[in-house]
Amino acid sequence: MSKEIFKNKQILFGLAVIILMYAVAILAPFIATHDPNTLNLDPKERLLPPSKAHWLGTDDLGRDLYSRMVYGGRISLSVGFIAVLILFLIGLVLGVAAGYYGGWVDTVIMRLIEVMLCFPSFYFILMILAFLGPSIFYIMLVIGVTSWMGLARFVRAEFLSLRERDFTTAARALGASDARIAFRHILPNALAPVFVSATLALGDAILIESGLSFLGLGVQIPTPSWGNIISTGRFYIDSAWWLTIFPGFAIVITVLSIYLVGEGLRTILDPRLKRL
Amino acid sequence: MISYIIRRCLLIIPMLIGISLITLIMMHFSPADPASIRYGLNPEISGSARAQFRELYNLDKPVLIQFALWLKRVVSFDFGNSFIDDEPVIKKIGARLPATLLLGILSILVIYLISIPIGVTSAIHANSRYDKITTVLVFIGYAMPGFLFALLLIKIFAFDLGWFPISGMRPWYVEYYSFFDALKDLAWRLVLPVASTSLVSLAGLSRYMRSSMLEVLRQDYIRTARAKGLKESRVVYKHALGNALLPIVTIASMILPSLIGGSFIIETIFAWPGMGRLGYEAIMNYDYPVVMGVGVIATFLTLLGLVLADIMYALVDPRIKYE
Repeated sequence: MSKEIFKNKQILFGLAVIILMYAVAILAPFIATHDPNTLNLDPKERLLPPSKAHWLGTDDLGRDLYSRMVYGGRISLSVGFIAVLILFLIGLVLGVAAGYYGGWVDTVIMRLIEVMLCFPSFYFILMILAFLGPSIFYIMLVIGVTSWMGLARFVRAEFLSLRERDFTTAARALGASDARIAFRHILPNALAPVFVSATLALGDAILIESGLSFLGLGVQIPTPSWGNIISTGRFYIDSAWWLTIFPGFAIVITVLSIYLVGEGLRTILDPRLKRL
Repeated sequence: MISYIIRRCLLIIPMLIGISLITLIMMHFSPADPASIRYGLNPEISGSARAQFRELYNLDKPVLIQFALWLKRVVSFDFGNSFIDDEPVIKKIGARLPATLLLGILSILVIYLISIPIGVTSAIHANSRYDKITTVLVFIGYAMPGFLFALLLIKIFAFDLGWFPISGMRPWYVEYYSFFDALKDLAWRLVLPVASTSLVSLAGLSRYMRSSMLEVLRQDYIRTARAKGLKESRVVYKHALGNALLPIVTIASMILPSLIGGSFIIETIFAWPGMGRLGYEAIMNYDYPVVMGVGVIATFLTLLGLVLADIMYALVDPRIKYE
């Protein structure tokens, strides 16, 4: 399987972009050409188009857009990563419980999932952030808590089929405990497709974060994030297009790469799709 | 079937409890005191007026009692009056609902009308150049935040080309138009918002249609149809398409929540006088009764759509039997 991954151009391209984005975010202080928060209110320095001095131009307060985007990536990427970690844990535990035990546990969890799926979750995220005050910690938590349902369903479906298999019966016959059977015997077999689902969730989380920042409920100014750069840029969309286009491109290319990797992995893992 | 629908409708109960509970907890822990929001820093309003206000909205009672009172009002769709202008919440929402429904229903139509042909044709020509190009476009559409697409449309079609207006739904001068001119103005103003709202689900649905069609084309009865010597177009459009379309009906469960979620951003960008913008503004103003009302109505609409999709699915596919 690993051979297939390294032969798949779609996955390789996606992985390369993702690694590049994370590397830029981590190495931001060395890569940025200017301080991202230094204001320059000189009218001659404001809203400059891309040039040699400012590679991607400057914003309405004379700050270097390239440096702000390099630092802004830190927010989008770390929010996405932690949010997915949270939803992964919730989805895994609930999915395992539902799929392994079945019965009323399954019923309760499936009802909960149904209810959560109908909730206008974006509205609730907005509400929680507005009322409790926007902080990066709440953003990660709230995105994680409102988007675990897909992953839980995935885990559950895998467990439902795997728990009937012979190796599970064998483990039970040997006297293994429920937890041991669930996490040592079944989970490793279910992990690959679950990982694909988590990859796609990472893309979704980054999109949600950008939407929140755009509405002014993400990380607060002056800390840059791709979404809040665009939310300033929208007022200058006619004259200073670079304030919208460049951070927008960063979001699209990052999320696109994540989806490409996820879809590529899914094609490799699903033998039915491969025959096509 | 009937019992299934009733069970689905019963879902509304835990949801209403959930919404009420979340709103109440938020109000309780929020640093912003509703009474101060109502009267601001106005020195004319004495302390006793504030206390009166708190009593009126039951803010002085214990949380559990408040919760029960909220629930009672929610069940009767009485959300009280807005903190900002004292108008009944249900009237405010009623005034905004048509704009949101218009936008939502048109978007669903556009989504289905565009994504089904894309999905079907790219499945028929799987792995061709056409399939690869549409796949890439679909993925880009998937990865593009709705607000970014909206801004790009505004930049290109409103500012640069000047084909469509930047924002708004009913400017004042429409009052003086004849009915048809007003309708034409509205249609013209709908283009960009509908396009922006449709994008995300468009990508998902056309992908889904493609894989559904591929799945059907692999079935034995398709091979039989071909073996009988039927024309390829008859095999594809008569035998395969009908079956591939069936599961698409249920996909409404994916589209509706994302449509409603997107409406909060898209309506704000286009200054569209809908429920999404009302909710967003209420949230930003800590106008709790309106926040709560919009939450309940949005959930209600989602659920209503899902039940409709279930019924439609059972109608188009006689094999479906809900327990």
